[in-house]
Amino acid sequence: MSKKNNKILRSQITALYLLSNNCTMEIRRDVFQAIADPTRRAILSLTAIHAMTPGVIAENFDSSRQTISKHIQILTECELLSQQQNGREIYYLTNAKKMKEVADFIEPFRQMWDDRFNKLETIMKNYKPNK
Amino acid sequence: MELKTKISAEDGQQDLVITREFELPVELLFKAYIEPEIVAQWMGTKVLKLENKNHGGYQFETSDPKGNVVFKANGVIHEYIDNQRITRTFEMENSPFAVQLEFLEFESVRDTTSKLTMHIIYKSGDLRDQMLKLPFAQGINMAHNRLQEIVNKLKQ
Repeated sequence: MSKKNNKILRSQITALYLLSNNCTMEIRRDVFQAIADPTRRAILSLTAIHAMTPGVIAENFDSSRQTISKHIQILTECELLSQQQNGREIYYLTNAKKMKEVADFIEPFRQMWDDRFNKLETIMKNYKPNK
Repeated sequence: MELKTKISAEDGQQDLVITREFELPVELLFKAYIEPEIVAQWMGTKVLKLENKNHGGYQFETSDPKGNVVFKANGVIHEYIDNQRITRTFEMENSPFAVQLEFLEFESVRDTTSKLTMHIIYKSGDLRDQMLKLPFAQGINMAHNRLQEIVNKLKQ
């Protein structure tokens, strides 16, 4: 392969990675905004136990059915809720796998600090004042 | 294994609390925060300045193996009490992230154990979440760079 082609291919690959990276970050931010809302969190805990229709979900809230529908739509778009068709009704259920991913995003940060603190502990356990 | 470091970060808030117990007397834990050579070792950064006093300041700088500066951070020490408390700011230079306020409390639990509580306050909830995702993003970038290296080798 020529050097020029090689260079083009390389930049294409880089662009592809950047693109997929951005998408991931975009989705993650939306998910976080989705669970930041107290009503949406309440919906997630309701439907974590069993699948429910939008009507049954709405009965648990003072808000209008339209408002609850909007919340359900946002949660579904972020894949925090999954849909199950049962006859004419659509049931909604909390997507446990997605919820775990949300919980996991704090983990790299925690791991980073834990690594640092472990190092600190080891260094100080072996510390001998040289004065 | 269960991590000894705990983080509490409530949804929609702009702060978080990191806690950790150490098998160290509080004096040794505190020393790890005030001796520049020791800070450099566990933080993995060069310590350019570290003034442990009220109205003091500090500066960190990290270079890659080629000598390029990849990370610069600084802050002021607002309050300093030996073996008890450091209240300081932290700011990453040349980054879109705003300065953050950090309350570090050092406590003795028993003779040989101590506890650190680090309360960090960010400018906004969104900024906090972006900061939390940094190690995650770096992990992805590192994985991509490694992949890129492998691809480059294959093409040669």
